[in-house]
Amino acid sequence: MRTFVSVTGLRKSYGAHRVLDGIDLTIPQGTVFSLLGPNGAGKTTTVQILSTLIKADAGEIWVAGHDLAKEPDEVRAAIGVTGQFSAVDGLLTGEENLRLIADLLHLGRAKGRRRVRELLERFDLTDAARKPAVTYSGGMRRRLDLAMTMVGTPRLIFLDEPTAGLDPRSRRTMWQIVRDMVRQDGVTIFLTTQYLEEADELADRIALLSQGRLVAEGTPEELKRMVPGGHIVVRFADPDGYRRAAGHVGATSGDDAALTVQIPDSGGVRTLRKLLEWLDTHAIDVAELSMHTPDLEDVFLTLTQEPSTKEPSR
Amino acid sequence: MRAITDSATMLRRQVTHIWRYPTPILTFAAVPVVFLLLFVYVLGGTMGAGIGADRAAYVGYLVPGIMITTIVGAAQGTAISVATDMTGGIIARFKTMAIARVSVLTGHVLGAMVQTFLAIAAVTAVALLIGFRPPASVPDWLGVVGVLAMFTFAITWLSVALAMATKNVATASNLPMPLMLLPFLGSGFVPTESMPTGLRWFAEHQPATPVIETLRALLAGRPAGSGFLAAAVWSAGIALVGYLCARRLYNR
Repeated sequence: MRTFVSVTGLRKSYGAHRVLDGIDLTIPQGTVFSLLGPNGAGKTTTVQILSTLIKADAGEIWVAGHDLAKEPDEVRAAIGVTGQFSAVDGLLTGEENLRLIADLLHLGRAKGRRRVRELLERFDLTDAARKPAVTYSGGMRRRLDLAMTMVGTPRLIFLDEPTAGLDPRSRRTMWQIVRDMVRQDGVTIFLTTQYLEEADELADRIALLSQGRLVAEGTPEELKRMVPGGHIVVRFADPDGYRRAAGHVGATSGDDAALTVQIPDSGGVRTLRKLLEWLDTHAIDVAELSMHTPDLEDVFLTLTQEPSTKEPSR
Repeated sequence: MRAITDSATMLRRQVTHIWRYPTPILTFAAVPVVFLLLFVYVLGGTMGAGIGADRAAYVGYLVPGIMITTIVGAAQGTAISVATDMTGGIIARFKTMAIARVSVLTGHVLGAMVQTFLAIAAVTAVALLIGFRPPASVPDWLGVVGVLAMFTFAITWLSVALAMATKNVATASNLPMPLMLLPFLGSGFVPTESMPTGLRWFAEHQPATPVIETLRALLAGRPAGSGFLAAAVWSAGIALVGYLCARRLYNR
């Protein structure tokens, strides 16, 4: 796959505060890349630099084959940005917002009209096209925002927390829209999000940003394998069974009152089969058994740390 | 010529705003209208005698100053609207697009000029209703419009720059406020000859006075006179400084 974004040694400080401390990343064309990190880790700063809003202190950035420092306008022509704050004009209608962007991109009258109609339909805004955007719901505003970003058929879209504050249904609609953009339009997506589920759903690769550095990068599965946390929980039917099993099944922790034990899951199905065979042989009744795989939240909490817990207080 | 087409597109955005939300024009016209009525009906008798004439003549004397008051008053509204716009996400969108960057600002300036001119027209209409009968001919009126446009253009660029200098909407609304004093500390309401020496010197050397004198001459059907050159130089200077500062702050 062709590399669409390549960043080497990106640094940015505000005064004495180092926000980005040497970031390297590569994003192949047509993939979804997600940048995760706690608040203040530098996610938004990274997006602002890569989208030409602010200048980096150091580092080399190539987007769509253009050196961002030397050819910002060529980069701008290839990208679209949908920020955390809806970038729509509330006093204009949905249609007028799209026309505004079409005219700024010099699409021409006929082509502009066609593109606007197409996008209104695609983003399910045709009925609300003539209403001012202030009257839109949160989900509609985000859809209009994305539609405006799509007017110029960008090849790279920055989605900075695209579903913050949306209800679960609107969030799912947005996810589908993003998947369609990648599949149908071959767009490359740079996603930042607070919702780990969202990164898990959408991203091909995830990078974890903590205190201005990338602390891990990989597919969601690779990241999950980086942290321990997979375990089996068994709840026994009676205290006798709990007592007899607790010392023999390799439990790392137990709860006498709830009659449950936690067993680290080191071998997946094999561990589970051995456990079930042992319980069967010893005729121990199990009330409930569940398996827990590590999720991105375990990864996030393990690999990113709050500044206060890492640095000794002075 | 991308800057021109993009500015026209941005102007259309502003005009749609004005069309959909016209109340600021009434607000911009309200204060000058109140000033006009107070100065004509409360102070007009005394003021008229002060310029060696009567209340009716004072209306004619007063209108240019009221027009300038309208322009600097509207500048506050412009600053608020620019500062508000800058805090919104749409400006970030414009900045990440390959468009003529200055068009965001020129759109605001041209839109503000439309708004200010509508307010001036409303104020002038009230003046005509209460007996303002200038002897100006059509070419004189065109001159009046030209001088007003020149000064509005300058003050608007200045207020855009002031709005850009702060990210805070409340501060942005206060920064152009001192401009409201210019017509008072000039020849807007009384002749500068009636002022004490220091103040008189300031009044005769500040930008509003030559503009007011030029408007007064044109409205009275007289030639624009020597004030016009000073008015043009001041306007060009203010516009240039405002433009350069605004552009620099926008690209920050």
